Amino acid sequence: MRKFFNIIFTLVFFLFFGFNSIAAEKTAQLLSPEWSFKGFFGKFDRASLQRGYQVYTEVCAACHSMKYLSYRNLSEPGGPELSESQAKAIAANFEVIDGPNSEGEMFTRPAKLSDKFVTPYENVEAATAANGGAYPPDMSVLVKARKGGADYVYSLLLGYEDPPADMELDDGVYYNKFMYGNKIKMSAPLSDGIIEYSDGTQATTEQMAKDVVSFLMWSAEPHLETRHKTGFRVIIYLIILTTLVYLTMKKIWSRIETKV
Amino acid sequence: MSDHDYQPDSKLGKWFNDRLPLLTLSNHLQQYPTPKNLNYWWTFGGILTFCLITQIVTGVILGMHYIAHADLAFESVEHIMRNVNYGWLIRYVHANGASMFFLAVYIHIFRALYYGSYKSPREVIWIIGMIIYFLMMATAFMGYVLPWGQMSFWGATVITNLFSAIPFIGESVVNWLWGGYAVDNPTLTRFFSLHYLLPFLILGLVMLHIWALHVPGNNNPIGIEIKKPSNDTVPFHPYIVVKDAFALLLFLIIFAFFVFYSPNILGHADNYIEANPMVTPAHIVPEWYLLPFYAILRSVPDKLLGVIAMFASIFVLVILPWLDTSKVRSAIFRPIYKQFYWFLVADVIILGYMGAMPAEGTYLLIARVATAYYFIHFLLILPILGKKEKTLEVPLSITEPVIGGSPNEAMAKFKKEI
Repeated sequence: MRKFFNIIFTLVFFLFFGFNSIAAEKTAQLLSPEWSFKGFFGKFDRASLQRGYQVYTEVCAACHSMKYLSYRNLSEPGGPELSESQAKAIAANFEVIDGPNSEGEMFTRPAKLSDKFVTPYENVEAATAANGGAYPPDMSVLVKARKGGADYVYSLLLGYEDPPADMELDDGVYYNKFMYGNKIKMSAPLSDGIIEYSDGTQATTEQMAKDVVSFLMWSAEPHLETRHKTGFRVIIYLIILTTLVYLTMKKIWSRIETKV
Repeated sequence: MSDHDYQPDSKLGKWFNDRLPLLTLSNHLQQYPTPKNLNYWWTFGGILTFCLITQIVTGVILGMHYIAHADLAFESVEHIMRNVNYGWLIRYVHANGASMFFLAVYIHIFRALYYGSYKSPREVIWIIGMIIYFLMMATAFMGYVLPWGQMSFWGATVITNLFSAIPFIGESVVNWLWGGYAVDNPTLTRFFSLHYLLPFLILGLVMLHIWALHVPGNNNPIGIEIKKPSNDTVPFHPYIVVKDAFALLLFLIIFAFFVFYSPNILGHADNYIEANPMVTPAHIVPEWYLLPFYAILRSVPDKLLGVIAMFASIFVLVILPWLDTSKVRSAIFRPIYKQFYWFLVADVIILGYMGAMPAEGTYLLIARVATAYYFIHFLLILPILGKKEKTLEVPLSITEPVIGGSPNEAMAKFKKEI
C-alpha cells in the first residue's frame, strides 16, 4: 500500500515540477528580480504598487488602456491601498461621458470611484492607427496573458538593445531581445529619471520596471493576497482533517484482519 | 443480507418504504459487500463523484454571473475574477477542477485496464464509463471556449473544423455547428447551453454506472469472483466510506495547491487575451487532457483519416472487453500483459507530450510510431496475448493466500502489496 502511495506522490510531484521545469526552460534567459508576491506567503509591496501606478499613469497610460480596473480598486485592500480621498482625487482628474440626462443630452463629468479607468483612445482601431498599426494591448490582465508572466514583462521593459549588425529594422520598429521575433513597435518606454517618484525613490529604469510590473501583477490578480492567505488556511485545515480521518480509518479497519 | 429482506424499524419508515423504497436503497448502499482487499486505486470512483458535484456546483454559480455573448463573455469573466465575492475562488476551482477531474478519470481508467475490470460480467459498466469519458471531453472542450480568449476561439475553430472532413456534407455540417460561417456569437451561446446540459447527462450516466456496478459488485486487485457477503468482503459503510474519505482528502490537498498557488499553470497564457478572429496564435494547443488524441489526429496525414483515427482511438476502448481474450482479469497474474500495460501507459504519455509539440520533424515521427503502437496494443497484442499467455495460478479467494500459505511467488508478492 505504501508503495502505491509513493507512486501517486512521485507522479503528482513529477507532473507538478515537470510543468515548472518546462516553463523554466523556456524562460531561462528571462530576468527575474525578487518579487514580493511570489511564494506561499507572497504579498504585494504597497509602496512599490503606488510607485507602479505612478509609472503607469505617467508613462504607459499614454497608449495602454486598463479597461477592467475601476478607480475604487486603487483604495481597496490588497492593492496599492491609497486612501479613499486620494483615489477620489485621482478619479476627478479624468473626464467621462455620461448620460443621457433628462433632456436626452450626453454630458461630460469628472470620473468617480465607481468608473472604469478612462482609456487613452476611443477604441481599438483608433489606438492601432495612432501607434503605427500596432495595437498597444490593454494592460489589465497583461501579466497573465504572457508566457513567463511578471518576469517576461519585466525583461521586455529592460530588453531594448541595438539590433545585431545583420538585422534591418523598419522605421518605428525596435529591437528587443525578449520579444517574440525580437521586433517590437513600442520604443523603449523607460529611461533613468523619466519620472520623479513622489516618495523620493531613485527612478532608475530597473526600479521603474519592477514597480510597474508589480502594479500590473496586482491588476491582473487583484485578489492574490487573499488567495495566498486563504490557501494557507485551507491546506492546514485539510492536513489536520486528513490526519484525523486517517486515524479514524486505522481504528475502524483494525476490526478486520486485513491491513488498509 | 439480501436487500429485499430489509424492513425499517419505525412504522412511518415502513409505511414510506412500502411506497418508495428509498430506505431500502440507503440500506443497500451501506451494507453493499465490497472486497476487503481494494487498494487506493479503487478510491478514484468516489473522488470522481466529488469532482463532478464540485464542477456542477461551481458551474451553476459561475453561470449566474457569466454572460454568453461574444462581446461580453471575456469581460464577464474578469468581472467574476474582480468584483464577485470569492468569484476568483469559484472560477479557479472550476477551471482547475476540470484538470483534476481528468487526472482522476485517467487514473480510474488505467486502474480498470490493469486489473481487468472491464471484463465479463462488467462490460456494461465499462461502456457506460467510456460514454461518460467521451461526454466529459465534449463538456470540457466547450467549457474552455466560454471565456472567449484566444485559445478558446482558435481551439473551437480547429476542433469544429474537423467535421469539415466528412465527405460531401462536411461544410454544411460545420456551418450548422457554428450557426454561421465562422465561430462567432451563435457558436458561443450554443456551447454555453450544451456545457450547462451535458454535466447533468453525465450525472445520470454516473448513476447508471454505479447501478451497473452494484449488480456484479466490485472487481478487486486479484480479479477473482468472490462470494458476497463473505470473509472476503466488508460492508461499504463504514469501511470503504472512511477509506474513500481519506483518499479524497489527500486528493483535495493537491487540488488546493493548484487552486491557491498555481491556478493558471495548467491553462494557456493566450487565453487571457480576448478572442480576435484576425490574429492567429503561434501554436494552437488544446488543454493537456486532450493532447494524446490531438497527437493521434495530427499524426495521420489525411484529414478525414485523422479524424477517424481519433474517434477510433476511443472506440477501441469501448470494444475492449471483446478485444482482450484473456480469462484472467488482474495483471498480477499476467506477467506479459503487465509489461505491455506499462508500455501502453508510456505510449499514452508520449502521445500527450507530442500533442503539445509542433507537428513536424522528429516530433511527428515519434507521434506516428506512438499512434501505431496504441492501435497495435488493442487490436493485435491484446487478442493474441489472451490466447497465448501463460498466466500464473489464481487464488480461490482473497483470504486463501493469507490463510493457506502462498503456493507461488506471485502470491507472496501480492501478499506484501496488500
